[in-house]
Amino acid sequence: MNPLLSSIFSTGFAFAILRVMTPLLFPALGVAVSDLAGSVNIALEGIMLMAAFFGVIVSAFTGSLFLALIAGLAAGILMGALLGYFHLKMKADIILGAIALNMFAAGMTIFLLFLFTGDKGSTSSLQSLVFPSIEIPLLKSIPILGEIFSGHNILTYVALLFVPLFYVLMFKTPLGLRIRAVGQNPDAAESVGINVDKIKLYALMLSGLFGALGGLYLSMGYVSWFSRDMTAGRGFIAIAAATLGGNMPIGILLASLLFGFVNSIAIYIASLNVPSELIQMIPYLVTIIALAIFAIRAQRVKIKVGGEIHEHFDTGDAAIPVADPGKGDS
Amino acid sequence: MEKFILKYFTLIRTLTAILVGIIISVVLIYLISEMPAYSIKQFFIGPLLSKGRFANVIENASPMIFCGVAIAIAFQAKQFNIGAEGAFFLSAAVGTAFAISTNMPTVLHIIMVLVVAGATGAIWGFIPGFMKARWGASELVASLMMNYIAYFGGLYLINYHFRDKDAGYLVSYKLAETAWLPQFMPGTRLHLGIFLALIFAFLGYYFLYHTTSGYEIRTTGHNQKFAKFGGMNVIKVIILAQVLSGMIAGIGGATEIMGLHRRFNWQSLPGYGWDGVIVAIIGRNHPIFIIFAALFLSYLRVGGQILNLMADVPSELVLVIQSIIIILITAEAFLSTWKNKITIKEAERVEVGNESVAQ
Repeated sequence: MNPLLSSIFSTGFAFAILRVMTPLLFPALGVAVSDLAGSVNIALEGIMLMAAFFGVIVSAFTGSLFLALIAGLAAGILMGALLGYFHLKMKADIILGAIALNMFAAGMTIFLLFLFTGDKGSTSSLQSLVFPSIEIPLLKSIPILGEIFSGHNILTYVALLFVPLFYVLMFKTPLGLRIRAVGQNPDAAESVGINVDKIKLYALMLSGLFGALGGLYLSMGYVSWFSRDMTAGRGFIAIAAATLGGNMPIGILLASLLFGFVNSIAIYIASLNVPSELIQMIPYLVTIIALAIFAIRAQRVKIKVGGEIHEHFDTGDAAIPVADPGKGDS
Repeated sequence: MEKFILKYFTLIRTLTAILVGIIISVVLIYLISEMPAYSIKQFFIGPLLSKGRFANVIENASPMIFCGVAIAIAFQAKQFNIGAEGAFFLSAAVGTAFAISTNMPTVLHIIMVLVVAGATGAIWGFIPGFMKARWGASELVASLMMNYIAYFGGLYLINYHFRDKDAGYLVSYKLAETAWLPQFMPGTRLHLGIFLALIFAFLGYYFLYHTTSGYEIRTTGHNQKFAKFGGMNVIKVIILAQVLSGMIAGIGGATEIMGLHRRFNWQSLPGYGWDGVIVAIIGRNHPIFIIFAALFLSYLRVGGQILNLMADVPSELVLVIQSIIIILITAEAFLSTWKNKITIKEAERVEVGNESVAQ
């Protein structure tokens, strides 16, 4: 058999896909929560980085996996809350605020890394912990399935578990209902007594929590150290995965699998003189087409309901600072 | 005094934000450095100390100006386009491919490469622009996807069709000398690109503030409903803003290759698109202010590199300063209480003045 095909159809490859997918699935769920609440959180990159860093540092200095988990989650939730504070209280635009937070995380982690270890590159000098991998008792002994699905890092299973949990949270609980109500029509939500700002803040903190798990997995599971910029754009790929998945849990899982598949296959293909660039491009092409289809569909619904065709232009009162020469800001 | 403050409030706020950023950076240097005074001197004075470093500041500012003006035109229409990154990268790759595969006399060659790169960027801006204007698809997500497609597409083009296999690393063939933008100062890498960048900044300013289309873009950004009821074709305006944005970023990409590298040598996105967002924010989306913002950011970056090299502070300090400055500038609430107080004071003063006149 062709060497490429034989490696793709190996159980090791399928195992790798799940491994590569995990740090995409978590932040993609995080993006989806924020998007359902009305604005895409593009700070997942920074959130993951912070969580990855604090997880490693706390585990190295306390020797406690539990404290590391708490520290990582706290870092992520705090970043989400910070974005909420900038956006909701300080009236900064959420996209620009998120861009600033990403920069802050990239700079601050390296800065602190240097402060703690004297190294600007990674924490390889520290003895940090990793989350355990687990063998699943019965599944383990089934020939092919066992090799693919057993023996993963515990966080990979948590990620898979979060798919149905996400559904329950967003579609079956009062909080999820409120988040979606705020996202669909904040004025209507306000009029029935929902505190819009509070719900948006909760959504951003949830988004931070999901992102934090992705970050923790990266530095304490995927590998066993923190290195600078180790998220490598996963926070942005997560936006693609959430978009492609239509912000629905199963869709996001499938989209994350697709991105995981393409990223894994690119590693194999690079050695075979096949343009891996073109293959890596595919999921983004698919995503942009999906984005167009979703938008067209949403527009049709809007027209049917009798709304004005171009009503969707209203992007809220997001304010981009605009200079007004000679007149000042008035 | 109050009048002065109100008139220049935006400027004062921006400068305050920069000042706070700088103060925090000094504090951070004190925290981390064994020789803080020396480090601080290297960081702030270092970039000005030699011709080579100062040339570096200007050289780095040129792509930032291009991308800043590009982003500003989209932002003025309130389009969150972060696609300058992709347009810059892909246009540089396509421009390189075009320059390598054609033979022309020098000035014509340069102009044609710029035209091809500009057209590539324009197409890149058109797609998210059209998707937003016609279907309401998020231009943020669309332009992000376009960045990835540009990245992989550009790499494919260069690595599989124009790769110089003798170079030993992944780069394109060298451009023919007819497509080189001249470097004009011996001992530095300063090239004509900086003047092109300045020209485009002035053109951008003229377009935004002195033409009908520019007015329509600003009006649409300010209040889309008003623009529509005023009879503007909002769909066309949004697409135009995105197309121009992509075009300018694209020209910037080709300029960088023709002036500085003379061959395509990027294997990752160079990040000028994000820098463009930063300088657009600091320059408040005004092309002339963006020139200064780019020089400032470039100065910080060069200072950071010197810090990294000569002192014991990582250059990422600059990222922290950038983020603080951006947050403070974009946070509308920052200093707003102060402004309100002054406005009230000024209003009272005027009122008292009127009363005394009436008596």
